[in-house]
Amino acid sequence: MIEIKMPRLSDTMEEGAIASWHKHPGDRIEIGDVLVEIETDKATMDYEAYEAGTLSQILVDEGATVTIGTPIAVLDNGKDTPAPAAPATAVAPAPPVVVAPAPAATVALTHATTSRAPLPHHSGSDGLFASPLVRRLARDHDLDLSHVRGSGPGGRIIRADLDGLLSEPAAPVVTRHVARPVVATGPIVDEKKASQEVPVTKTRRIIARRLSDSAQSIPHFYVTAVADAETLMAMRADLNTLADAQGDPKISVNDLIIRAVALALREHPDVNASYVGDESAVMLVHNRVNIGVAVASQHGLVVPVIMDADAKTVAELGVEAKALANQANGKGLSLEQMSGGTFTISNLGMFGVEEFTAIINPPEGAILAVGTTSREPVVVGDDVVAHYRVRFTLSADHRIIDGALAAQFLRTLTALIEHPWRIVAAQ
Amino acid sequence: MTMKTYRQALHDTLRAEMLRDENVFLMGEEIGVFEGSYKITAGLLAEFGDQRVKDTPIAEEGFTGAAIGAAMLGLRPVVEIMTINFSLLALDQIVNHAAKIYGMFGGQAKVPLVIRTPGGGGQQLGATHSQNIELYYAFVPGMKVVAPSTPADAKALLLAAIRDDDPVLFLENLALYNTKGDVPDDDTPAEIGRAKVSREGHDLTLIGYSRMAYIAKNVADALAESEGLDIEVIDLMSLRPLDRDTLIASVKKTHAAVVLEDDWLTYGIGAEIAASISDGAFDYLDAPVRRVAMAEVPMPYSKVLESAAMPTNDDVITAIFQTLEAVGRRLKKVGQSHD
Repeated sequence: MIEIKMPRLSDTMEEGAIASWHKHPGDRIEIGDVLVEIETDKATMDYEAYEAGTLSQILVDEGATVTIGTPIAVLDNGKDTPAPAAPATAVAPAPPVVVAPAPAATVALTHATTSRAPLPHHSGSDGLFASPLVRRLARDHDLDLSHVRGSGPGGRIIRADLDGLLSEPAAPVVTRHVARPVVATGPIVDEKKASQEVPVTKTRRIIARRLSDSAQSIPHFYVTAVADAETLMAMRADLNTLADAQGDPKISVNDLIIRAVALALREHPDVNASYVGDESAVMLVHNRVNIGVAVASQHGLVVPVIMDADAKTVAELGVEAKALANQANGKGLSLEQMSGGTFTISNLGMFGVEEFTAIINPPEGAILAVGTTSREPVVVGDDVVAHYRVRFTLSADHRIIDGALAAQFLRTLTALIEHPWRIVAAQ
Repeated sequence: MTMKTYRQALHDTLRAEMLRDENVFLMGEEIGVFEGSYKITAGLLAEFGDQRVKDTPIAEEGFTGAAIGAAMLGLRPVVEIMTINFSLLALDQIVNHAAKIYGMFGGQAKVPLVIRTPGGGGQQLGATHSQNIELYYAFVPGMKVVAPSTPADAKALLLAAIRDDDPVLFLENLALYNTKGDVPDDDTPAEIGRAKVSREGHDLTLIGYSRMAYIAKNVADALAESEGLDIEVIDLMSLRPLDRDTLIASVKKTHAAVVLEDDWLTYGIGAEIAASISDGAFDYLDAPVRRVAMAEVPMPYSKVLESAAMPTNDDVITAIFQTLEAVGRRLKKVGQSHD
């Protein structure tokens, strides 16, 4: 018998909901079969069987949410060693295991291996066999040890096995989310207001929590700039005439802005950065420019990430952004597609919004809120003429970004938008 | 600084303290006319006379008891017990009187007594004369037990012991008497209860006292040269009080420890050290604390068997390598002895 537990499918996941069971008690399970669909804070993911057998019991029904590690099903693998919830083997010493001399870092961080349960020979109250130092580091850095392979005696996880995990710069390993209990507020339907109860989806709950955390814990400040987009609009019209003629997809203002932002971030890498935590002696400055683009999908607010946006052409960015937005509205985005962002752009220009401010998407250091590109009166020489203008507001984490740096970044961005051929021409 | 032997450092310190304080006097078997079995008291009878250097009968319980009485009345006796094995005869005087008088009688009398005595095997003296039983005294509240491993520490700790108002068992070691080292010329006493980091490092904490602190330092230095290892060595210096803070701080840095002792493993001082580390640095340990100690036998007389029973440099190196391998260091095996 094997207990299948709620896996940790993302860095920030604390609990997961059973979206749907693909197998039912009595079903034969082969390795790799999709057992269950699990809804996490970021995505809905298939969870595959890591061992063959017969599904004997489902412990958590569809729609229910449980914390990581909670048993969700029991798989009968033909071995009658019971796997009760109480750790019967907790005090049994691990049998000796021959450990091949492996390189020190044998950490597997891929999501494929995430779905593998702890190796059976790792005994211990939580199924893990790790040194006290490793256990402390895992607590302090919110690490999941279940997919770390131990290279110490008997398969013990030792400090050296955490090298990859602790030095992984992109993974926000030091962020530690304190689980907030859902507070029952009692009956809240107000007859006077004719209120009705609408269920808060898991995605909405996650959005609520993450944005509350961000707004409460990050000292935001806001810097707004305006750019003359007359040349940019003319250039875009010109490019789209050519694209039309060749049957290529059209380029949007947003595609040009993504590219301009990516170039500006390359010039000001300190904006492309993350504050790690008050206990950390370092902040992280990211070498890759991965831009998240906020999408108001029908499933809620999601932020797909365009990796290495500074290395892609405007046309490539346009195709990728459109595909991601379509997918967000359709079958939904994968966790992979929503991970690794270093900066976010939120564009409400298509709704005619002149300007607005956005809340930082942690652990990123800043977010850019882009308004509409519209014609307005501009003084050119002694004349008032109509020009396209666009306003954008940078929300920055003041712990790592100062006003002057934000202003320099916006000056670079403004210059790019006002001289748009550089957006297209820059390598 | 003056280069001298451990033996000379002890002799010079005794003499200096006798010159400094007329209440300091010596008692023991063969310390006067014969000038001591290990010649620590050479020349002192001639210099200070038989009121200050007292040859005693072969009666440990008697002369230790007499020294306790003298200490209660304000003198500062320094008793030499020829080897720690013979202190068993004075066990009742030390444990039930010296250690308890101050506390049991409301502090009416202090017992500023020093018992100097060497431990150690390896001299083919047989099972009854080759023991390391300082643990018996370190076990007892009311006692202080110090154990220097270098000539400089021998001086500093003997100064501290003589000037301390509590009974102090001052552990010497037969194998250390001829070791040499720089000794400061000033007379600054050590702080009893303070361990010494005799070598700083990051890879592992190697802990010892007396002869094993000496071996620890030598092995760590040798492994630094041959293997590039960066081992931190702690010389306990004092077994009671025990400086747990220094041990814990070191293990918090290195995440691994090996404890060396010349006595038997079971119920030994190493067990106390390991438990203290587990208490204070559990969350910092990346491997179990390992102990190196003597074989669990009465010391054999045969030279071959005696050598086999005592912990050697190779035993220490093996324990270090096993511990480092347990924390993921890949090391080539050292075959040759570093003796």
